[in-house]
Amino acid sequence: MLKKISKSLLALAIVAAAAVAGQAHAETLINGAGATFPYPIYSKWFSEYAKVDPSVKFNYQSIGSGGGIKQITAQTVDFGASDAFLSDEQLKAAPGKLIHIPTVMGAVVVTYNIPGVPKGLKLKVEDVADIFLGKITKWNDPRIADDNPGVKLPNQPIVVVHRSDGSGTTNIFTDFLSGVSAEWTQKVGKGTSVKWPIGLGGKGNEGVAGQVKNTNYTIGYVELAYAFENKLPFATLKNKSGHWVEPSIKSTSAAAAAAVKHMPADYRISLVNQPGKDAYPIVGFTWLLVYEQQKDKVKGKKLVEFLHWELAKGQKMASALLYAPLPENVEKMVEKTIKTIKY
Amino acid sequence: MSDVTASHRWKIEKGLSGDFIFKAVTVLFAFSILVILMLMLYEMVSQSLPSLRKFGGHFMTGMDWDAVQEQFGALPFIYGSVISSVLALLLATPLAVGTALFITEIAPRRLGGFAASLVELLAAIPSVIYGLWGILIMTPWLQQTAQPLLQKYLGFLPFFQGPAYGVSMLAGVLILMIMVVPIITSITKEVLLAVPRSQREAAIALGATRWEMIRMAVLPYGKSGILGAVILGLGRAIGETMAVTMVIGNNPKISLSLFSPAYTMPSVIANEFAEASSPLHSAALMNIGLLLLVITLIINALARLLLWSMSRGAARGAKL
Repeated sequence: MLKKISKSLLALAIVAAAAVAGQAHAETLINGAGATFPYPIYSKWFSEYAKVDPSVKFNYQSIGSGGGIKQITAQTVDFGASDAFLSDEQLKAAPGKLIHIPTVMGAVVVTYNIPGVPKGLKLKVEDVADIFLGKITKWNDPRIADDNPGVKLPNQPIVVVHRSDGSGTTNIFTDFLSGVSAEWTQKVGKGTSVKWPIGLGGKGNEGVAGQVKNTNYTIGYVELAYAFENKLPFATLKNKSGHWVEPSIKSTSAAAAAAVKHMPADYRISLVNQPGKDAYPIVGFTWLLVYEQQKDKVKGKKLVEFLHWELAKGQKMASALLYAPLPENVEKMVEKTIKTIKY
Repeated sequence: MSDVTASHRWKIEKGLSGDFIFKAVTVLFAFSILVILMLMLYEMVSQSLPSLRKFGGHFMTGMDWDAVQEQFGALPFIYGSVISSVLALLLATPLAVGTALFITEIAPRRLGGFAASLVELLAAIPSVIYGLWGILIMTPWLQQTAQPLLQKYLGFLPFFQGPAYGVSMLAGVLILMIMVVPIITSITKEVLLAVPRSQREAAIALGATRWEMIRMAVLPYGKSGILGAVILGLGRAIGETMAVTMVIGNNPKISLSLFSPAYTMPSVIANEFAEASSPLHSAALMNIGLLLLVITLIINALARLLLWSMSRGAARGAKL
């Protein structure tokens, strides 16, 4: 009996070893982990790239930006992904030099539910901050009403809904609020999860959208793609240059184009509240995190090849999935950065 | 004759070696559970060390939870977990015991079996489904119907004040109640079925009505088993994450009103852990996990103490 078991175990081991060897011969497996927000576009890229280069296979786990940063720092994955750039302290914690590679941009929209008011409510960015601080409490507050002549706003308390889970969306949104309100910076600050002065917490985009949909007189924030797909009403915001801008793929890219002049070499820049006629104010990059010095020669080479392909071809797939592609001049900068990766 | 004994002995010896292996395997399994628990405890303590060092005992009494300022206090989460679970059990226990009594004592056998299988079906539903049902159907109903009614008739109590959002401590309590009822019901049903027939027959022979029979013969016999069922229910309620997160409003504030949003310990871990990038934030979340483990252990210990004192009391009663 025991002999039988050991025999079959041996056979199994041989088969497994053969399978692994065969696979290693056929394809390189590159592991990545991180942000959930860009997951749809990344998985599209990886499946398209499999047609271009069948010898490489990408495995991406969307476990959240925080998890992605932890894993790339611990070198358990070949690349990380994050919606927030790393602080100097976090960069120092990594065993090698980590490079940020911006891939696409996303926007966050302010959504609301006021019976009788369709999409396109106009809000100044300062008013958005004061609503989330709990300083503007009624929908018919003159500060809102003055921007919306002809819209009948009800005399009802505003119910604020925010994300309860830590998220890159919250990071971009609180970064934006910090940029427009000194009081927000001082009282709350920015981060993936913050101490909200007021409001209800919903889990995920779907949690916030569900609460906004179900409850009258609510206001919340969700990703642009999520709002578009689910046809949620969203507000037009007055940006810092004094222009009314509706959220769209175009106005998202415009924000990055406006930031090109002061783009740092490591791309660690916040894109909120950029100047410009068409720049939507609540916009952010999402980044891939890779080590400048790749440990594995084969994997490093394949990864760099993919990054070049992503810039040349992948960018064109972005807007179909409601992500904003990088503006051309940023693309050129990133192209140079990718060339610095050594393997 | 001697032949038979010899073969017999031989068989026993073989059995003995089998016994030895069996014993060794079970001991190994039993200890592996202990080892896993110890490893978990060790890992949790070591991961939450930064938070333990910085906040110490204040962690349990602190009211502030601010990841940006790196100030962490867990009291609102402890409050939310304990209050929501206890209230849910207070509502669920009579409901579950009543259902179990109906199934075992009152309903005709067929109907009882049908009701029992329905209850077991409830226990098999994944918690995220309860959560979705809660957020799509229950909270709008609470907001539009139940909360205004409660406010109208019981609004003078501090528990039913403030604006009605739907998502609230009340919603968390109700969803937990629905989730623990099937567990308590199924176990209570088994406990009641184990009450010997003679116990019931004796009561009826003494002229007891059905209610008196249940009150004097059935319930006291099953008392400790029912308490065990309630404790298991509490275990599920306090550890429940997904469904509660979806309906409780996730706001770390302590408020007497059941209408205001609250937050529980498992919810904050589930919500924030994936995106917690600062070491102190992760440590604080681990610290909450550790607290949850300790609270669960304390509740279990208390329940055992209660069971023990009850069974001792029963034994003394029998002697008298």
